[in-house]
Amino acid sequence: MRAPKSIAARAEEVFFDMTNTPLPPGTTAPDFELPSTPDQTVSLAAFRGQTVILAFYPADWSPVCSDQMALYQEVLPEFQKLNAKLLGISVDGVWSHLAFARDRNLHFPLLADFEPKGEVARAYHVYRANEGTSERALYVIDANGIVRWSYVSPVGVNPGADGILRALENLGKEGAS
Amino acid sequence: MSTTKWEAALTMPVREDRDHIQGPADAAVTLVEYGDYECPYCGAAHPIIKEVQARMGERLRFVFRNFPITTSHPHAERAAEAAEAAASQGRFWQMHDLLYENQRRLRDQDLRDYAEELGLDIGLFDNQLAEGVHAARVHEDFMSGVRSGVNGTPTFYINGARHDGSYDIETLLAALRRAAAAEPGRT
Repeated sequence: MRAPKSIAARAEEVFFDMTNTPLPPGTTAPDFELPSTPDQTVSLAAFRGQTVILAFYPADWSPVCSDQMALYQEVLPEFQKLNAKLLGISVDGVWSHLAFARDRNLHFPLLADFEPKGEVARAYHVYRANEGTSERALYVIDANGIVRWSYVSPVGVNPGADGILRALENLGKEGAS
Repeated sequence: MSTTKWEAALTMPVREDRDHIQGPADAAVTLVEYGDYECPYCGAAHPIIKEVQARMGERLRFVFRNFPITTSHPHAERAAEAAEAAASQGRFWQMHDLLYENQRRLRDQDLRDYAEELGLDIGLFDNQLAEGVHAARVHEDFMSGVRSGVNGTPTFYINGARHDGSYDIETLLAALRRAAAAEPGRT
C-alpha cells in the first residue's frame, strides 16, 4: 500500500536526505548476537555457510516499514530458493517485534537492536543519531560472513526486493564460477 | 559511497496475447498498474484510472497486473485468481471493476456471487478456484512486479518507466501527456 505523497513527506525526504555510507562489499560483516524473542537470541555467526539478508528498518508499525516487511514476507520463498536467510532488524524491543510480527503475519526473525540501543546499526554504519533509529538499509552477507552488497535507501522510500534478488543471483553466479 | 543504481523499469514487456489490456495496441502511451484487489490505495486509484482513460481516449493503453500482498490482505490472492478465472471466460474487466467496487466483500462466497452476476459458468469458475488453476499466472505477474521494482501497491509504469510521482489525477494525466508528447507521430 502506498498513499499519494504528501507535501510533508516530500519535505521530509529533502530534509533527511543525508544518508549514512554502509560498509562496502568485501568487508567482514561485524558479528552480533541479538534477541529475536523474549527468550531467544540470534547470532550472525550461527548462519556461517548460508547467505544472510540483513534488512535494517527504522521502526515497527510505521506505514512504509510495514509495507516493506510485508513485501519481504511475500518474497520469502524466492529468498529461500536462493538459499538466503532473511533477518529484519530495528531498535524496537522484543515485545514490540512480537506484536508487530503477529499483527502483520511476518514469519522471519525480527531482531531487537535495543540494548545498547542501535549498537549493531552503528557497527554497520547505518545508525541515524538524530532520530535514534537505523537507516532503511540492506546487506547481503555471504556464507563466509563477508558483505557482498549493501544499500541505504532514503528513509521514506521502500527499497523493494529487486536489489536483494539481484545481489543473491550475482552471488550464485560468482559462487558457481 | 556504496550506492547501487538499478533501473526502475518494467522488466516483462506488455504482450497483447498475455496481458489484460484496455485501449489500442498502437496507443501513444501505455500505463501499467500493479495492483492488489484488497488494497485501499488501489481502490482509491480505481476511479482515477477510469477518469484518466476517459480523458485520454484512444491515446492510452491501460494494462493491469496482479500484485497481491497476502501478508496484509488475506483475500487478495483469491480475488486475483477470481479475476483471472473471469478472464478465462472473457470477462476480466467486468470482474476487475466489481472487485474494486466491492473491496470490503471479497470472501469466497462474494467472489462466487460476482461470477454469477456476470453470468459466468459457475461450475468452471468454482473448479478453477478450487484447483488454483490461475495461481501460477498471478505469481508470474507478482514476480515480474518485484523484478521491476514494485515496492507497494499501486505501482504504475508509463511507457515502461516507473512513475514515482503522486497518482492524483492531475499529476498522472500530466505525466501521461508528457510521455505521449515524447512519442512523435503517435499523439
